[in-house]
Amino acid sequence: MAIRALLRHRSGMIGLLLLTILLLLALLAPYIAPYDPLEMHAADRFHPPSRTYLFGTDEFGRDIFSRVLYGARIAFGVGGISVSIAAVIGVIVGLIAGYVGGTFDAVVMRLFDVILAFPAILLAIVILAMLGPGSQNAILAIAIVNIPGFARLTRANVLVERSKEYVEASRAVGAGPARIIFRNIFPNTVSTILVQITIALASAVLLESALSFLGLGTPLPAPSWGSMLSVGRGYLPLAPWYGIFPGLAITTMVMGFYLLGDGLRDALDPRRQKIR
Amino acid sequence: MGKYALRRLIQMIPVLIIVSIVIFAIIHLIPGNPAEIMAGPNATPEQLEALNQQYGLDKPLVQQYIIWLGHVLRGDLGVSFINEFPVGKLIMQRVPATVELALAAAIIGLLFSFPLGIFSALKPGSWIDLFTTLFSALSFAVPSFWLAILLILLFSLHFKWLPPSGRPDITEDPVLHFKSLLMPAFTLGIAMAAKLTRYLRSAMLDVLNQDYIRTAQAKGLSKTAVVVRHALRNALIPVVTIFGLQVGDLLSGAIIVESIFAWPGVGRLTIQSIGWRDYSILQASVMFIVLAFLIVNLLTDLAYGVINPRIRYD
Repeated sequence: MAIRALLRHRSGMIGLLLLTILLLLALLAPYIAPYDPLEMHAADRFHPPSRTYLFGTDEFGRDIFSRVLYGARIAFGVGGISVSIAAVIGVIVGLIAGYVGGTFDAVVMRLFDVILAFPAILLAIVILAMLGPGSQNAILAIAIVNIPGFARLTRANVLVERSKEYVEASRAVGAGPARIIFRNIFPNTVSTILVQITIALASAVLLESALSFLGLGTPLPAPSWGSMLSVGRGYLPLAPWYGIFPGLAITTMVMGFYLLGDGLRDALDPRRQKIR
Repeated sequence: MGKYALRRLIQMIPVLIIVSIVIFAIIHLIPGNPAEIMAGPNATPEQLEALNQQYGLDKPLVQQYIIWLGHVLRGDLGVSFINEFPVGKLIMQRVPATVELALAAAIIGLLFSFPLGIFSALKPGSWIDLFTTLFSALSFAVPSFWLAILLILLFSLHFKWLPPSGRPDITEDPVLHFKSLLMPAFTLGIAMAAKLTRYLRSAMLDVLNQDYIRTAQAKGLSKTAVVVRHALRNALIPVVTIFGLQVGDLLSGAIIVESIFAWPGVGRLTIQSIGWRDYSILQASVMFIVLAFLIVNLLTDLAYGVINPRIRYD
């Protein structure tokens, strides 16, 4: 039923469509891209957009269209892995903290308060300054800043569910805490977690490109959208297209996740459906 | 109110202590010893040892932390690794630029969000409402550094109206100073406007459906009086919280925006210090931003009570 509600949600569908197209482009990049993303054409440096080079070329004569296509792989990859890590850790910690309570809950939540005391980008920058720049460390940094969000949300859900009758019934028939947490409570928190995942993916893509823009994320010459913009910024008078297309790609992907999240929230919330 | 403020301040202490440990750790978790960075690659072991002694780096970590915290509490943030300039002074030189940028951005944010939020709520489904929805979705999805690039392309390179970067002295050329402020402030302010507009619109929609609004209309008050005195006043309560959180976001947004526009504030200093490998500056600027962030959040909480006297804190 939720799927049908999502399919009827206009902006949710637009988001799903944008993401499907981007995902296909990313997966099929080796077949679609006219050039290798690292291949240099010395004679065609800063070639404006044309039939040969759809989005123009950069300072080494590399095809920006091919680089943007391959960049989608980095964005999906870094965003997907970091949000998966954050979701798994955050949800498990949130489930346990919410159900068990006590010292574990207090300690873990204070720890998350500390993480939340830092603006997300600043914390990611600090982590990368300590670990050194690079994709793997960027994934780790983005995961860390996203964990508290998942943990707090899950914990809040558990606190509501914990006192419901089905949990008491389960306990009465002798189910242990692990079974109650993962088999009974967890399925009832999945829908809000799904919404949180799409929102986290949107901000993870933004954060990855920001970190790469600042020279702390995916290292050159890999075609990360953020680092392409960072380099392109230096050549704006010469090659304005260099500063346009990678940004357009970031915006499209973030918009996709944002709209999908919007649609999911409405589709999974029965109250909102009645209003529509 | 006073009691509540005091309690909130006390609650902040454990968080502040752990935050200070994290910030202290910045210098000690980075690869390489601070003395090696200060002395450069050709330093002799004797030079390194002298530096280690001078800065107390040979003492146990816990002792170093306590000494460092003592200095920080007395306002001494240490000296730059590279030119031994006092870091506290360096930060203070950069603060005015960041505050100026944040204020200008907040003003732009408010100027955009209030009319958009109010009018879209008054006429749901109209073209202004559609524009508002599109505007807030786009401003969320467009990364600030790309918006900055687009603005530079348009206003600096194409029309040649505004300087692409820098912050000229206001006493020397106030007009150029103001022109330089426009693009960074707009970039930063527009992200804030997007969220504020969304919240203001939904808060206004909620309030406009209340019975007391119908009563106000029925007793013959003008539309402006109903909207401003009855609706907006109540809609503002949730919006103030969002505004406070947004001011916190302005601080982190400033890190990127200042870097792009070469705006000499604390955010740019943070990024520069990583490039310089000057971790004492990084440490101090991170601490400044986090403290400002926490204080703004506290003030937001307190402002809540001033606007809505029904909220009791104890």
